Parts: sequence; C-alpha cells; structure tokens
Amino acid sequence: MSLGVAIVGAVQTRYETNKVHLAVNELVYEVVAELLRQTGVKMADIYSQVTASQDWFDGKTISSMSVSEVVGGYLKSESKTAADGIQAMFYGAARIASGSFEYTLVAAHCKESEGQRTAVTSTMFDPFCQRQLGLHDHIASALQARRYMEVSGVTEEDLAEISRRRHKDAMKNGKSLRKGGFTLRQILDSPVVAGPLREMTVGPSCDGACAILLASPKQAKAFGDRAVEIAGIGNAADAYWTERELGRSVALEHAAGRAYRMAKIEDPRSEFQVAEISARCAYEEPLYAEALGLASAGKGRKWVETSGNGQGPRINPSGGAITGNPTTVSGLTRVVEAWLQLTGSAGAHQVADARTALVHGVDGICGQAQSVAVLRRGLGER
Amino acid sequence: MGIKPIAGEESIRVPFLMKMEFEYAVGVYATHFFQELKDHGRLTGVRCPGCRRVYIPPRPVCGICFEPMTEWVPLSDEGVLVGATVIRLPFVDPMTGKQRPVPYGMGIIRLDGAATGIFHFVDETDETKVRVGRRVKANIRTERQGNLQDIINFRLMDGPHE
Amino acid sequence: MSQKVAIVATGQTKHTSKRKDVNVRELINEAVSRCLADADLRMDQVDAVLIGNMEPFEGFMFPELWSIEGWGGYLKPSVKINTGGTVGAATTAAAYYYVASGIYDTVLTVGFEKQSDGNSQAAMTAIGEPMWERSVMAGAIGNWSMMASTYIAESGATMEQAAKIAVKARHNGARNPFAHLHMPDLTVDDVMKSDLLAWPVRRLDMCPTSDGAVSMLLCGESVAKRRSSRLAWIRATATAHEQQYMGDSPKRLAVMRAQIAASQRVYKMAGIKNPLKELDVAEIYEPATWAELAMYENLGFCERGQGGKLIDAGVTTMEGELPVNPSGGVLCTNPIGATAMIRVAEAALQVMGKAGAHQVSNVRTALVCSYGGNAWSDAFILSDSPS
Repeated sequence: MSLGVAIVGAVQTRYETNKVHLAVNELVYEVVAELLRQTGVKMADIYSQVTASQDWFDGKTISSMSVSEVVGGYLKSESKTAADGIQAMFYGAARIASGSFEYTLVAAHCKESEGQRTAVTSTMFDPFCQRQLGLHDHIASALQARRYMEVSGVTEEDLAEISRRRHKDAMKNGKSLRKGGFTLRQILDSPVVAGPLREMTVGPSCDGACAILLASPKQAKAFGDRAVEIAGIGNAADAYWTERELGRSVALEHAAGRAYRMAKIEDPRSEFQVAEISARCAYEEPLYAEALGLASAGKGRKWVETSGNGQGPRINPSGGAITGNPTTVSGLTRVVEAWLQLTGSAGAHQVADARTALVHGVDGICGQAQSVAVLRRGLGER
Repeated sequence: MGIKPIAGEESIRVPFLMKMEFEYAVGVYATHFFQELKDHGRLTGVRCPGCRRVYIPPRPVCGICFEPMTEWVPLSDEGVLVGATVIRLPFVDPMTGKQRPVPYGMGIIRLDGAATGIFHFVDETDETKVRVGRRVKANIRTERQGNLQDIINFRLMDGPHE
Repeated sequence: MSQKVAIVATGQTKHTSKRKDVNVRELINEAVSRCLADADLRMDQVDAVLIGNMEPFEGFMFPELWSIEGWGGYLKPSVKINTGGTVGAATTAAAYYYVASGIYDTVLTVGFEKQSDGNSQAAMTAIGEPMWERSVMAGAIGNWSMMASTYIAESGATMEQAAKIAVKARHNGARNPFAHLHMPDLTVDDVMKSDLLAWPVRRLDMCPTSDGAVSMLLCGESVAKRRSSRLAWIRATATAHEQQYMGDSPKRLAVMRAQIAASQRVYKMAGIKNPLKELDVAEIYEPATWAELAMYENLGFCERGQGGKLIDAGVTTMEGELPVNPSGGVLCTNPIGATAMIRVAEAALQVMGKAGAHQVSNVRTALVCSYGGNAWSDAFILSDSPS
C-alpha cells in the first residue's frame, strides 16, 4: 500500500551543549516559526500536531504541556508519542492517511542539559535487580558494544574510524555540535566513558529540536520538488536488553523488513543513495547496517571499510548522532537531514542526485525499539 | 485468569528513592520578567498584536492568534482571585522531597490588565475569606532574587465578602 | 485510503488501591489476556499495539519496554503515547487513525497505571511549570479545588449537588465488578461530612488513586464484522488542547474551552444536534464531583449554570434520560494511564450490550469525553452502526 503522505518542510535547530537562553517552549517555537516561514503554510490551516518528548528528560510530568501552545495546539488535535521523534512522524502520517487531516505538524525536543543524563537514563532499568547497580544507558551500550565486537570482529580502531569520518563530515554541517578533523590517535586516546566506549565514540549530551510538516497528496502537489514522499514505515521492539542477543538487532531487521516491503525496496545497498542511521555510539553503525541489509549478516567489519569507499549509500552525511543529537530528537533529525538531501537543499554536505533515503530512529536501552522509514524524492505513483 | 501468588508467600516490594536534579532554563521571556521583578519590583506581561490580550506568564507566541509577541506591558500589582482555595491535605513536595506545610491559601490571580491568571499563595487560611472575586495585592519582597518567591504571597484587600 | 473502525472487544483488571501481588508487566497482561479472550483472538493475529500511561507515576522511563512480553509488543509495531490524564483516550484516537488509514487492520490498545509504585501527588505536582506553578501547586486536589471555586462562583452550584454526583457514581460503581470503589450505601450526608481536603473539595468528592489496566481491540470494518456481531463503531473522534499555563483559561472549569471544542466537533461529525436527547449514555472523565457538574454544561447537556439542576432532577442517573457514568466513572476508579481508556471501554460495553449489571437499556449512541493535562479533552461518539 502507499501511504500517500509527503514531508513538505523540515527544520532543525543548531545542536548545542546547553541552550541555556531558551526555555523548552521557546526552543520549539523557534523551529515551528521557521517551518511556517519555510513552507508558507499558516497555523490557521493546520489542525493536527504530534509532538515527541520525554517527561524524565524534561523533568516535567506531561512534558508536552510545555509545547502544546507553541505548536499550535490551542483547540486543535495535538497528541504526543513518548518515543523517538520518527515515531511521531509515523503517527502524524497515519492521521493524514486516514483522511482526517490535510496537514500534521510534527515536532520533537529534548534539552539533555537540564537533567543529569545518567540519573534520567537510569530510570529505564529494571527497578528490582538492575537500577541498584547504578546502571545508565552508556554502561548498557558499552556491554552491547563488547558483545557486538566479539561476534562481528569489529575493533576499537574501526569504531575510531567511524568517529573520525563522522566528525569530519560534520564540519560541512552548520547545525552540528561536535566536529573537526580528529585523528584516530586523538579519538582512541579520548577518555573512557565505559570500556570500550570513549568520549569520542559516543555522542555528546546536547539540546535541540526539529519540526517537520506532513501533507496529504492533495496539498503536497503545490510544493513541487520540495515534497518528499514517505514511501514506507516500519517499527518493532525487541525484548528487554538482558533478555536478548545484543550482538544482532532483530527488532531492526523486522522494522526494516516492514518499511522496505511497503516501499518496494528489494536491494537496500543499491536503492538508497543516503542512509541517515541513528547511531549515537560508533558501534551502532555496523550493528544496524547488518540489520538494515546494508551489510551482510555478521559482516559489519567489512562494511566499515566498504561503506567508507563509496560502496552502497552514503552513511550519515550530516555527521549523525555521534556528533551530537539529543534522545527523542535524533530520529527526526535523520528525517530533516534526509529531506534536505532529497530536496537538494543540504548545502555543503549535499549528496549528489539523492533520490531515495533511509532514515532510522531508536528508543530504549541498547536500541530496544527500532523504527525505519523510506523517503523518496517527489510524489510517487499512486 | 491472572497470575496467582504461590501459596503462603507474601509479596515483596522493593523500595527505591530517587533524587533527580534538574536545572531548568527559564528562557528569554521569563528571564526578562524576573529581571524586571528583581531590579524594579515590577510585574509585566506581553501583549499579542492580534487580539491585544496581555499574557502572564509571558511567552513567545499567542496560542489563539499564533502571532509572535514582543510588546512588554506593565501590570498592576493588584488583581482579583479567579480561583481560590485553602489546601489542607498534606502531600510530598517534589521540589524538596518533603511534606509541604499545610494549611495554606492558594489562588489563581488575574492581575489588572492581564488576560490570564497566575498561581500563587494567598495570605489567609480561612476558607470563608479566600473566595473568587476578592481583590488581592502582591506582597513583594524588598530583597529580591529574580524568581517567583520574590512575591511572598498575595494579600486580601477588602474586608470580608459575606 | 480510509476504512471504518470498530471496537471489537475489551478487557480490564479489577481496579484497586494497591496491587501488591503483581508487577507492571503482570498487571498489563491481565487486561490484555482478558481482551484477547473476549475477542477470541491470539496475539499473533494482532498487527500493532498502541500503549499509554504516565511514566512518572511508576518512577520508570519506558516501563512498557521493560514490560514488553506482558502486552504482546515483542517484535510487533507499537508506540507509546503519553498525554497525561487524557492518555487513554489519546491512545484510542491514535489506534483509530492507524486503523482508519489502513496501515493496520487489527490494533490492540493498552492503558495502564500502577500508581501505588510511585508517589502520585508528587508526580502530579511535577506537572506544574517549575518557574511558575510548581512551588505553589498542590497536586490534583489543589487544582480541582481551585477550578471548583471558579465554577461555584459562576454557577451557584451547591455542596449538596456535588455530593449527589458522588453518591450516583459510587452506587453505579457498586454494580461494576471492575470498579475500584464499591459503596452502594453511600449517602449525601456521608459525602458532606467527609474531610475537607481543600475548599470546596471533600474527600468523598474526589476520585481514588488506583492500580489498573485496560485493553481494547480496534479493527477495520471487514475484520470487525468477521469477528463479532456486537460492535461499537467509532463514528467520530476529536481532540482539543489548550494554552500552556494553568491560569490561561479564564474560567477554567466553568468554561472548559477544549472540552467545548472537542465535543462540538464530534457532535457535528456525527450529526448530533441535541446531545441530551440523541445520546443514550455518556462516559465522561470526572476526577471530582464538581467536574461532572461543569461538564454537563460544557458538553451541552444543559444551559450554562444549570449543571446542578440536572442532577437534582435525576436526569443523569441510571433511570434518567441520559445516564452519565454507569460504570461509576473516575470517582470510583482512577488508574490515570488507564482511566480515559476505561471510559471508552465502558461506553463500548454499553453499545455492545455487554455491560452486565450496569447496562443501560437500548444504547445505540454513546459519548465519551476525557480530561487531563491543562484541561485538555478528547471526545468520541460510539455507535451500534458504522454510519
């Protein structure tokens, strides 16, 4: 089936360590106001909004109350997914595909700077046997990294190489937080977060927001080549982290399968020109690449080499989450970046002739929940 | 259907105390409001260029018109109670982790000139006096920090209503 | 692509103050198992799951990911919705849109809350904006008392009228096996003598806090018709939210801007011009007795200021023209993450004729209305026919 929904505008903030001058509502208003300017659509014509935020990161019960007004929710249908922003896009698309709305405004925000990331992420852990160990998400990720490295043969040098590439690419992305021509040595010598994760192979804590405008086929026509079709969506959640094989992302295999089927993608390696993958930690790139079919199963190590040589889609031309995208926002950042690529508006980090993009988002400990979408330039056949 | 306890075994509950520290950025609009309050003891709001409503707390956009707001307007330190109560039930304050002392008067106060109301304490614990429609005046500290506690509470202005 | 959507089955736990015997995963599983049994369906026949709750109450971020086997989410498409008190309805609405769009045909919805795991009033108070509201706010009770004070000033409603609502709710709840509070002998006098928590709200004017879960199955038209002949069709749904701060709405409870907007929209979508006459039953979200009186007015059951007259005349009792909350409502049962979905499930039971001892006779059309957040609202019209 075809969803028939298009992304007709996409905006992101610059990602910063601490946007101390902006309250959450002001942060989101910035991207909403810019989105309306970019698309020329008036808030009076938008009746549906889906936001994404996490109460624990915001330090506020019903965190969406802080942004309901600035996304135009007064007397309108605003709802919230407590999940990665890409899921808010899925729900927003379903609202349009149901025939109930012509537009949905989707916005995600997170100010990781306001809370203590380790305390906040510790609340994801089992309260009977695990929280007492002082676990937080990077510790769990470190354990997953070890497991994946063991089964795939990926080395610390490979992780440093991924980090080197992404931070270099990020120099061409004006929105990125952490960027530079780092050497492998510098990366390998950066402080240990939790072995084998190092500061430079894990994305930094940061603040940011994104907003996109979804439109029905009827409205999307007026946007010409600024309309990007959501050709396929898929998501799946795995078992809790200590109850599954961490060296393979089975949930992502399912999520990707669903999205590819819907979008009629048969060979991801040749059909995507761009893949924006949510890999906050370097090891997640090859782990997810295997599940996405960009690398053969168990061949993540080889893929680290080949994907850097121009084989298959360009991976994270934005620099990706390792350069600094907050939780909850990251998946929607991938969407914004893909929209920029497919509409030819990515500027200095534009990938030539980008026609089809893969976007991806995660939630939970060690990527328990996985979401994938296939985006295509222009409005497809219906 | 359901999961039945195994005979004779009493359920175990695991206590867990969480301390979550946050540092909230109040933003451009609140910073200006509290700076005005701190420096000059003045209350202010922002006005929507569309509908002319004056908002307190101030914010970047009028949700009704969706117009950006940049015009700051002085507000009176007097207003009227549009919601009023006296809290008697004790509860744990999430800001301190301890019981907040009760009873205390509380209200939604619409300052003269504002379209919206703000939450604050009312300096009275007699329910017959803390009533909707009573006029109140802000009791502002002489030494101020730039936060809501610069207003200690609101005092009832008239004599008893009934 | 657009298909009609029906509620095919429901399942609930027996709601209670502390479920010491189960963890969150097990609590959810009870409701989900009952719903699947009611539908005679296996979990592998479900396309997707929409789940909702308010995580601060459990002291847990992503409690549903930890609990995943309990609700059948393993390797299925799913998403977690959280909109505060309205979450059960918002989750239902999300499921509706997903099915109506044709992306999925068979969707399970889950609403849950294990309030006894956390500290409810502290979590409630954290709804307040830290700079402006939190240091003054006193949980749900503080908010309801302030809202009720405005409503009383506008309407002249009396303590006695509020007490009658409390009595109606608890008597109705006594006939609902799932309701938390069963108080078949409650009197107006009992209510008016209960502790004053914050004027005008007395203990028996307020809802309990509960542990509980609810689950429903929503299906597209052809699947629904194959599964059952007793269906509750979702004829209309609408959501309306508010401005940011809790003092923004001038008459907050007396004039509930969002509830008026959402209900007017569903009435229009369903062709309802006179709700009192054309609705057969209503399940509304009334955390306090005063809320129900005000909601009668905001939902258009009567003129402004006349809410108290409706209960005086018994119009909204089980024997009246428009029974409101035959389930006992929120005043009997309030596991917040589930509560708004319980309203939907209970209204569906009424339309399907499966409400047992609290069944209202001849129900064809039901209104569901939720409350939460900053006086937000979702509304649904359920019907025994698709159009």
